[in-house]
Formats: sequence, C-alpha cells, structure tokens
Amino acid sequence: MDQAKCTSCGECAKVCPVSRPNEYNEKLDFRKAIYKQYPQAIPGAFGINKEGTAPCKATCPAHVSIQGFVALINDGRYEEALKLFKEEHPFPGICGRVCHHPCEGECTRAQVDQPLNVRELHRFLGDYELERGEFYLPEIKAEKRNERVAIIGSGPAGVTTAFELLKQGYQVTIFEKQDEPGGMMRYGIPEYRLPRDILAGEIKVVQDMGAELKCGITFGQDITLESLKTEGYSAVFLAIGLHSGRNLGIENEGLEGVLQGVDFLRDAASGKSVDVGKEVVVVGGGNVAVDVAQTAKRLGAEKVTLICLERREEMPAWEYEIIEALEDDIEIVNSFGPRSFHIDQDSQRISGIEFKSCKRVFDENGRFNPEYDEDVCEIFHCDTVIVAIGQSANLDGIKDQGIAISRPGGLEADSVTLQTPIAWVFAGGDAFYGPKSVVDAVACGKEAAISIHRYINNMDLREGRDKVWNYVRPAIEGEGIIERIKAECLAPKDRAGNFLEVANGYNEEQARLESARCMSCGVCSECYQCLDACLAGAIDHNMVAIDKDLTVGSVVLATGAKPYDPSPLSDIYLYKQNPNVLTSLEFERLLSSGGPTMGHLVRPSDHKEPKKIAWLQCIGSRDNNKCGNSYCSSVCCMYAMKDAMIAKEHSGEELDAAIFYMDIRSFGKDYEMYYDRARDREGIRFVKARVHSVIENRENRNLILRFADENGAILEEEFDMLVLSVGLEVSRETLELADRLGINVNKHKFIESDPFAPLASSREGIFACGTFQGPKDIPSSVTEASAAAGLAGCVIAEARGTDTKILEIPEEMDITGQEPRVGVFVCNCGSNIAGVVDVPGVQAYAATLPGVVFTDNNLFTCSQDTQAKIKDKILEEKLNRVVVASCSPKTHAPMFMETLEACGLNRYLFEMANIRNQDSWVHADSPELATEKARDLIRMAVARAVQLKPLHGKVIPVKKHALVVGGGIAGMNAALDLAKQGFESTLIEKQSQLGGMGRKLHHTIEGADIRAYVDKLVTQVGSEEKITVLTDSEIVNFEGFQGNFKTAVRAGGQEEAREIQHGVIIVATGAGENTPKEFLYGEDERVLTQTQLGDRLAEKGCSGLDTVVMIQCVGSRNEERPNCSRICCQSAIKNALAIKKSSPDTQVFILYRDMRMYGQMEDYYTEARKQGVIFVRFDKNNPPVAKASDEGVLVTVKDHVLQRDIEICSDIVALSAGVLPSGSEELGNRMKLNTNAEGYFLEAHVKLRPVDMGSDAVFLCGTAHGPQLISEAIVQANAAASRAVTFLSKDEIKLSAIKAEVFTDHCVKCLTCVRSCPFEVPQFNTEKGEIEIDPALCQGCGVCACVCPRQTINLNNYEDDQITCEIETLLAEEA
Amino acid sequence: MRLTYPTNIKILRVPCTGKVDVMYLLRCFQEGADGVFCVGCLEGNCHYNQGNLRCRERVEHIHELLEEIGIEGDRVRMYNLSSGEGPTFARYAQEMTEHIMALGPNPLKAKPKKVKDPA
Repeated sequence: MDQAKCTSCGECAKVCPVSRPNEYNEKLDFRKAIYKQYPQAIPGAFGINKEGTAPCKATCPAHVSIQGFVALINDGRYEEALKLFKEEHPFPGICGRVCHHPCEGECTRAQVDQPLNVRELHRFLGDYELERGEFYLPEIKAEKRNERVAIIGSGPAGVTTAFELLKQGYQVTIFEKQDEPGGMMRYGIPEYRLPRDILAGEIKVVQDMGAELKCGITFGQDITLESLKTEGYSAVFLAIGLHSGRNLGIENEGLEGVLQGVDFLRDAASGKSVDVGKEVVVVGGGNVAVDVAQTAKRLGAEKVTLICLERREEMPAWEYEIIEALEDDIEIVNSFGPRSFHIDQDSQRISGIEFKSCKRVFDENGRFNPEYDEDVCEIFHCDTVIVAIGQSANLDGIKDQGIAISRPGGLEADSVTLQTPIAWVFAGGDAFYGPKSVVDAVACGKEAAISIHRYINNMDLREGRDKVWNYVRPAIEGEGIIERIKAECLAPKDRAGNFLEVANGYNEEQARLESARCMSCGVCSECYQCLDACLAGAIDHNMVAIDKDLTVGSVVLATGAKPYDPSPLSDIYLYKQNPNVLTSLEFERLLSSGGPTMGHLVRPSDHKEPKKIAWLQCIGSRDNNKCGNSYCSSVCCMYAMKDAMIAKEHSGEELDAAIFYMDIRSFGKDYEMYYDRARDREGIRFVKARVHSVIENRENRNLILRFADENGAILEEEFDMLVLSVGLEVSRETLELADRLGINVNKHKFIESDPFAPLASSREGIFACGTFQGPKDIPSSVTEASAAAGLAGCVIAEARGTDTKILEIPEEMDITGQEPRVGVFVCNCGSNIAGVVDVPGVQAYAATLPGVVFTDNNLFTCSQDTQAKIKDKILEEKLNRVVVASCSPKTHAPMFMETLEACGLNRYLFEMANIRNQDSWVHADSPELATEKARDLIRMAVARAVQLKPLHGKVIPVKKHALVVGGGIAGMNAALDLAKQGFESTLIEKQSQLGGMGRKLHHTIEGADIRAYVDKLVTQVGSEEKITVLTDSEIVNFEGFQGNFKTAVRAGGQEEAREIQHGVIIVATGAGENTPKEFLYGEDERVLTQTQLGDRLAEKGCSGLDTVVMIQCVGSRNEERPNCSRICCQSAIKNALAIKKSSPDTQVFILYRDMRMYGQMEDYYTEARKQGVIFVRFDKNNPPVAKASDEGVLVTVKDHVLQRDIEICSDIVALSAGVLPSGSEELGNRMKLNTNAEGYFLEAHVKLRPVDMGSDAVFLCGTAHGPQLISEAIVQANAAASRAVTFLSKDEIKLSAIKAEVFTDHCVKCLTCVRSCPFEVPQFNTEKGEIEIDPALCQGCGVCACVCPRQTINLNNYEDDQITCEIETLLAEEA
Repeated sequence: MRLTYPTNIKILRVPCTGKVDVMYLLRCFQEGADGVFCVGCLEGNCHYNQGNLRCRERVEHIHELLEEIGIEGDRVRMYNLSSGEGPTFARYAQEMTEHIMALGPNPLKAKPKKVKDPA
C-alpha cells in the first residue's frame, strides 16, 4: 500500500473476501486481510496482510490465484472468482475435470484432515459459466497490434498461447490438423471425463476474443514455415502434441486385433465404429491405458483386463482414475510385461497375449529398467490387445522443414524461452516436454506467449524468468476438522455402455461449504478485488520487502515485551477451555468502546452481563515453577485495579469484583491513593490468596475458584468470569534481534545493563528503552524513550542538523483591505463522499454563497496533484480564503494550511467542512439528508472563512543555556548529558558540595558502589567546561518564559546575586529520608532508619547483632502521607542480605504490609527468603509495637499464619522511613511550579509528558519528581536533558498564533481573567495599569475570553464573531 | 467506525469547552436551535485543566436563564467523552435527538422573531 496515496476510505476492506482474527481486539473479532490496524492508527492508512504465496498458487503450474478464487466463491462472488481464474488460466471447466491438481497435494488443510477440493471448486466456476450460457471474455486492454502469430495445434498449450497473445493485442491464427479443436483434450480424453460442450465452450472463448481457428490444416503439408513467413506471420508456436503411440517392440505387433491406445481413443472420440470384441487386454498402466480400458468397456467389451509392469502403487495413472476403473469392473493385473502374441491361425488375428513376470520396473537409480522373470509367465486370452505404453510425436513433414528434433524424438527448444534454433519459431506442449497434464500445457502456453511477445518487441527473452515460487503455511494448531465435501458420481451401473459424464460437480451450497474449508495460507488471497475498489490507486500487490542499509551512529531499541500467553497453564486456569476465562488484555478489549462488543461488558459464553468477576494476579510473573518468569511484571496490580473499576462502571447491575493477589504493588507516584480508592470507595475486593485450581460449573460455565486464605483455610468461590492478570515477557523476535545486534540479555531475557547506565546495552551506541529494558509502566517507558533518544543523541551530537532540509516559504501576500474571495474545494473522496452526498449539487450550492468566487470538486482533494491545483487556483483566482469540504481537520488541516503557505497565503485563512467523517460516513443510509447537511456544513465553513484574519505566531529566540537546579545524581547527570549534546548549563546546589542523597548511601541492591559513582560524577562535572557549578547557592529572583528565563542566584557566600540567562530549566532538587516519629525513634538509639543501618553495617559490620527487626511503611502509606515510598522494600532487603552475608546466624525479621520488590528486584526477595530472612505481614490497622528493654527492643506483631502475637527481642530495629522531598515548596513558589499534596513536583502529564512540567521549557527529574531508585533517577535525568535539548537545539521557537489578546480600551480591570486562567498567564501590570497576556505563556484555551464581562479579550482564530457567524448562518437557513 | 447518528446534529468546533460562552448557547436558541449539547473531555482529563468543568457550570447556569424566558432548560446538556468513544458519542447524539424531539420545537421559533417595522 502506498501510504502517501491511501486515503483510508476503507473501500478495499469492503471487497476483501478474507477474514482473519483481529489482533487489535485480541482476536475476539475479525478483520479483513486488507485492514487498518486500529481506528486511531497513525499513519491512518490501510495495509495488506500478506504472509506470502499460498502453497496452492505456488504449486499450480499455471500459478492460478487459487486461494483468491476460493475466497471469492466462499463470499458468493462467482463472477469475480471466474474472472480471477481466467487471469491465469483459460480452462476452469476443463481443468475442473481433468486436472491432476498438484495444488491439492500441497494444501495445508491436508495436514489437518483432507486437502481442499480445489479442482471441484473451479469446475464449479466452469459449470456456473456454462449454465449461465455466456462465457466470460477477458477484457483486451492492450491496443490492437498488426503482428500476426501462427499457432500450430489447438490443444491446451496452443489455445493458452493464443489466449495470452490476444490479451496483448496480437492477431492470432490457430491451425488444427483434426476436424475439431482441442488436441488431446478432444481426441485423447474420453467424453465421459470431459463433456464436449464444456470443451467447445472454453475453446470458443479465444475465437470470440478474435483468434482465427482453421481446422483440417496439416502443418508440413498444407502449410509450412515458409508459407507462414510469406503470409506475414511474425512468429510461430508449434504445439503439435503427441498423437502417435509407442510400440511394444515384440513380434506380430502389426496383426489384426492389436491396436494403439491413442489411435483407439481418437477413433472412439471421432465417432468411428471400433469393434473390440468381447475380451480386451490393455497393456499399460498410465492415464491413457485407464482411459482406453474404460472406453473399451463402454464400447461393448465384456471383459477388460489392464495389465502393466508396475506394481499397483507404482502405476502412473491417477489413483482416482484407477478406482473409477475398478468400479467399472475392469480387472487390473500388476507386475507383468508382454512376452508374445498368440495368433489364431484360422483368422490370422490375435487370440491372446502372454506375459512374463516383472520383478522390478526401476533400477537403483530410479531409472526405467525392468527386470523380468521368464520362468513365471501367464497367458491372457482375448479378442483385442490395445497397447497404451506411451506416446510419441508425429513428425511427418516437420523434419523436412529443418525443424530441430530432440533425442527422445520431440521438438527441440530452449527450456526457458521455448525458442527453437529457428529464432521466430517456438515450441511447447507435450511434443516438447513429453506427456503431461493439461495444466502443464497451460503453463507452457503462457511462457510461450511471453517469449513471443518479447521476441516481436526485440526484448531480452530470458530476463527475470527465474522466479522461484516459495510458499508459506499458517500454523495448524487449533484448526478444527472439517470434512471434505465429496462430489457425486454416476453409479457404476449407470455408466455402462454410455459416455455420460461420470462425475457431477458441486452445487452452490457444496461449493460454499467446501470453499469455507480453505485456511487462507497467504492471508491475502491475491484475488485483486481491492485493486478495482481503490480509486486512489494506492495498492500494489507486487511490492516486496526491500533491504536497506542505514549508516547510523546510534541505535535505540524500543521493541517492547509481549503479554504472557497463559495457554500452557490452561489445565489450571481453564484458559481457552472455558470462554469466560480471559487474559487481562482480552478483557480490556471487552471494556473498550472500540472493542468487539463496543464496550458492552458481557461474558463470551452466553453474552450475559457478569455479576461476579475474579482477577488472578501474577499469571506469568513471580512464578519460577509454572512459567519460569520469576520477576514481577510491575504493571499488573495497577491495571487489574483499573479494569475492575471500569468493569464496575460498565456494569448495569452491581458487580462484585475481586482481585486475588500475593502483594499489591502500587509503588508508583500517587498509585497508593488509587489503590485506596479502588478498595475503599469503589468497593473492589482484595483477597490475599493464590488460587491453586479452577473448576468449571458445567451447568452455567461459571468458574469455581479453590484457594487457601491467609490462615490456611481452603475456600471455594464461584465467579461468572475470570481474568488472568498476565505479565510481560520479551518476545522471541526481540531476542533474535538482540542476537543479530550482538547485545547481551540477562537471565530474564531483558537487556543486560548497569544500575548506573540502565539504558546502555552491552554494545556501545545501542540503547534500549521501555519493557525490553525491564518490566515497567507507561510513565516509566515514556521517560525512558526520551532518555534513550537523548543518549543516542549524545553519541552523535556533532551530526545534529546535518541532514535537515529547510522548507522555502514565499513571502506572504498582503490581503489588507481586500474583499473576501473564497475558493471552495469539495472532495469526492473516491466514492466515500460522492457515494452518498450529491457532490456536484453541493458544489453548485457553494458557488451561490456570499464571498465565494470559485468552486471545484476533486476525486481526492488531499492528493499531490490537487494540492498543485489549489495553489494554481489561489493565484489565478486571487483567492484570499480557502474552504475544503472533505474530511477531518484533525488529520488534514495542517497539510492544506501548508499548501496555502506555499503560495504566499496566510495559513490561518483556511477552513474545513467535514462532510465525510461527520456526514457521508455516518449518514450513509440517508443520502438526501446527508447532502442537505453537507450544504449546511459548507455554508457554516464559508461564513467562518469570510471572518478569518491572517495571524502570525510570535517568534521567540532561544537562549542556549540551561539552568539545572540541584546537584545530586540526577542534576549532575542532566548537566553532563547537556554538555555531551553541546549545550552549556549552570548547575546550582544549595549544599556546599555536589552529590546530594547519593553521598549518604553505600551500595545499590545489585552491589554497585554509590559513593565511587558520585565521586566520578563530581569529577566529570568539575572538568566539564560547559558546566558552571554554583554551590551554597540560593535562587533570589526568577522571571521570563520558555527560551528566555532570567534567574538571579546568590552563591558561595557572596552577598551579590548573579543573573543567569537561560532557555530551559531542569529541576532536580531531590528528596531525603523521612525522620520517623514512631517506634521509639529518637528515644532509643537502637532504633535506626535504613540509611543509618547501612552506615552501621559499613562501619561495624554485624558485630553484636543477633537479631534485627525491620519495620516497613514507616511514615508512608498512612493518613498523613498516603503514598508508597517505592524504595524502602528494596532498602530493607538490601540491608537484610548484607547482614545475612556477613553473619548468617543473625536473625532478620522484616515486618511488612506488601513486599514491593517490583520488576527484576523480585529475585532479591526470593534470595532473602532463601537466606532465612523472616517475613511477617502485619495489618495497617494493627501495626507492630516497640518497647525498650535492657535486653533489646521488644517488638510485638500479630502473625497472620499463627494467628497470634509474637514478640521479638531485637538488637536493632531498622525503620524503613520513606522519602521526603526537600525544599520543593520554596522553589515552587519562587518559580511558579506546582507540587502534589506530598510536596513532589507535578509533571505536565503523568503518561504523555512525564518529565515535562506544566510551564513550557521546564523539566523535572530525580526524587523531586517522586521516590525512586538511583537507576530510575539517572534515566529521568537523561530524559529531562533530552527534552531540554529539543528546545536548546532550536534558534527560535515559533508559537501558535492561537492566543488570547486583550483590548485594553474597554478593560475595567476586574481581574476576572487573572483569576480564571488555569495557567496564571494574565497579569496586571501595575506600572501601565493594564492587563497583559504574554503570548509566550498563553496556552490558547480561551477561558479568559469567555469570562471577560466586557468582552475585551479575543482568542485569535476563535473570536466571538468567528463562532457566532457559524451559529447564525446555520440556523438562518433552517428557520 | 462510521456509526450512524441523526443528521440534524451539526458539530461546531471550539478549542476547549471552556471556550463555550454562555452567549453562544443563548444565541443558538435566539436563532432557532431546538437543542444544544456540549461535548468535553472526561472530567479530570481536560488539556487545559478545568475547561470542561467550567462548561458544565455554564450549562447548568443556563438552565435557569432559559427557564426564566420560557425555554426548557434541559434543551442544553453537557456530555463528557474521550476521543476513543465513538459508540458513546453516537449514543449521546441519538439520546439528545430523542430528548429534543420529545420536547418539540424551540418555543421561540413559534413566535415571530422580530416585529417588522410597518414602514
């Protein structure tokens, strides 16, 4: 599909006969082979799902689009199916009867049950054509040519060549020796197999197409090459067939009563009377022999014996023919070769034939080399012997003309081009390659036509003719068995003594049933229906994948992960066994309004609304036994809660939603509040239990869950539906790619990386982001995407801008004082609009509207040539407003606006009327009303266009310098990245030295040395010329906007502040450890925070530590600070493992609520349990109690498993104290940056802009954003720097022109705008006494314009007049 | 998705429902519209923070104004949708049309718009 031409109209999908499970809806519904991936896909173009060529098409010698015509038959489109067949093959009916169907031998369906009955299906088309009484004549698109081609022989090869050459415009004469055309099809294949009307009908097509057919003309006698040359033929094709038999070569073969098979068949077919007597022996085991035997039987022979050299299974005749012969009471005797004839001395006629036993036919090399046993002989008495052991060419009159003869006695020609040594003469068919089937002759005839065409046009005969037909097969797993539909046959008793056709074809119903068995191997069936449907001409079925070499400096891998497929666990969870068990992704599609049920939540088994749904967490995650993915997938807890809440919202009745979990891991920013809401406000039930089995209630297909609760009691509960919260895993394709790129993956198959360079792969210059880096949610993935782009940019910073093309825009026309001159371009959108709306009528109507001076309608207004036309018309007609009535401005307005700009018209003098998406598409069933609506919409658009004014966005120069606030790990990384990208920055730190929180930590959980890393960063920052470091600093003043900030900083104890001018800001002010108020902290020196415990372990090790108790969620997840601090679980386990490592006998207890060892850190949790760390879960409402005593701190906690309080005497109590942001309030006030309730800075959008802040050109990273690990802070720093570079790399920023503007004359300074603006943009300038709206800050929402009581604020492009004129003009006409 | 909805619905584009002025809504009725509905982003998802909430307030406010002049306030409604909710939009469009059909034409239309100057 040419993406540039596709208009996404969808006409192609309407005609596509192939349906496939729709991946977008998790295969819960169907899509076509030509499809748009999903409604909102970008680019919004269609594509064809072509897996490759189907085995049938690849195997068919004529390469008929078999899958295509089968799909069309299945769709009931017989006319199209027939047309498609005849594209490649002129004989659907003939081959529908006699083809040896090699396609069926390769049919994928044969691997499931039996092959598709392809032959009967195209016979059905042949019968359809015959019944209709009118044969389809292919359209001759080529112009008529003067060159004439002579074809000798009207067999399948000759007729096919004629058929193909006629399509090319040539004049063709076919010369036939016999009285009727058809060659072996007429004189070799008996009528009971191939009725004469079918044969005559399909041959007559070439005559109707213009071929001249001359019968009774013998080549070499009546005509010669010389005579043909004289008559002006440009080329000759010899397709004379094999019409002579081969002799046995034994004595007395010439006696009366010994006949040749081909002669016999010819005589029988010609209607000559042939007396075969009562007993007939047929010698031979091929197709001809079988035909001879059956014909002899029909001519009155009482006993027919077919005797051949081969064993039964070696016989060259087709199996179905042999079976038919046996049904006709023909005796078959195998493994005998003729020895001698017995003669009746009186009549001198044959009386019998003696055979000798044949031990084997083929030698070790597979060559024909029979070996006989002369001792075992048998005599068969008979009246007639018919010899059918092979055919030969009748070369009378051929040799004499100097035509080359091959060694086996056929015509000699080139195997590819079919050219004989006489350049203008070509040869093909049986006479060239020996006896073969009709379809082989068709294939050969097509090749001959290509060669002759090339020969006549002096083209290379050989070029490009080495195509190898490879094919593809779909997987057959899960494909159900469908019985092959048998065609009826005449009963053997009804066949006797007549030549009625034995096999009946399919009726319509049978054809439809059989065609439905096709497995659509290639997906696209190559039926080419879409080509006609696509008016934009965007489809090209010959497109192939192209290998391209790209030379790049860095690579970003964003290949992602896939949801875990729970099929291997179906015995436990009944997935795919019970339709009401879905994966979470499938369930999401059920909830989606774009999904298979359009958002109506019903269970698949009975389409009833479920009343109880259970979610099972950790399917394919945290599970070493069943699936091998021991890591936590990080996202499932959150999406399960989300889906449960949406499900409740969608349910008409009260839905009981229960989530079965091990730990709820809502560790992200503000996620704990979401959990609280789900549980406390939305009533989602959370059940801490791992379900060990699921059984189906057979009555209603409900699911019965068996699980043990926390106290160990075995419980059962029944649900209507079950959702498996499947985890993430890396796909095989991604691993193969990693292998090709030479990068390492870890044991979980995610990329191998370093905690201090989390996105760098093991190969320099290759970076990963998203879930291939490790399981993570959308905000983290988007952050990583920016980060990886930035890192990739650091490596190739020098190359920035070197491949950029600059668009030349002509000077803008001044339209001041001009009357509006509107041009209206109405789009047909192929038939998308024109098929419903009366486009010419609408265009004529548009011409009557005030201000309109020009109208036009276009097939596709978005096409390249229409753009050129619009430009011409703007200039010719002096248009100063343009209205396009077509589709959505969302997708197309920018393109048309560029067209205006490209010819000097201001881009804002443009308006669209959406007469497709909002009209013809949605009102297709009422064309008249749709046309009326189109008129209304265009009238509104014209009215608005007249009111439009040229607008110019403000251009702001960018100060190429960054201010980084905070000199911790995040801030230093951000400044270093900016330097690598070539930009200067000032790094300000309020402490006297750089390093921040990193200086207080020792090791990461992986064991990496944090202090050494911080020292390294400080050295790098210090030696980097582009970074200015200011320590002991304080911001004393701040002003400006994106690209032009001014910040005054007092630093290094100096009184005087210095002013820094900068274009962007990166906020990295960090956070510290919370100081606990609970558990005797500050009162008893044995109670420490985790950081202090880390210091203690680093200083003194584990000496004197017999027991350590750690308490989680201190100062987090409570009323005061409701959110999770994310890092404490891993801090605790890190310290616990450190203790266990140096002192295995020290008892470590971790008292927790949920262990949140998300992602790949789960391994350390497993390791801690293995090392004997004791985990005791406590309830939020029943927290542990600490009491000081001389022996130690006594900690009492209720153990859920034992169901009683336990008391632990510990040497140290370590509190996981959580994270507390530092100084965000002060900085926030100073720089007008928003924070959340807990003091973390707010990002502009949680998912889409995770490191941007609400104000433009201000970015955020590190723990100032929210609690996070060092590795995560580094990634955010990379991301923030990367986002900053998108500003710094520009010399200027062009703002949108859609901004609010104040007209101060009427302003009463009521300050309503100041209070209403969500971005605090309008300011009261006390000096001037005026309200000011800075266009650099205005977001263009128009709220101020709306609230202004004096209406002195305008939102450009949406001025009141520009909106009310639409209302007025719409309703004026209606009233 | 090309879901059918009644043809009497014409869409007027604004940057944000926060830009929908009370005046625009009143003008619609003055000019003879039978009903108006505003479709904003889902609550909490406004690109400009609170535009959709402002619009809802205005729509509620206008109910009273309309009632005062004898027009059923419920001829103006506010809906919230995300861009992926085509079927819901079609349903709202249908619902709104049926609702307005039940109410009958705009009462203002029955009266002559302006008394023409006899001169």
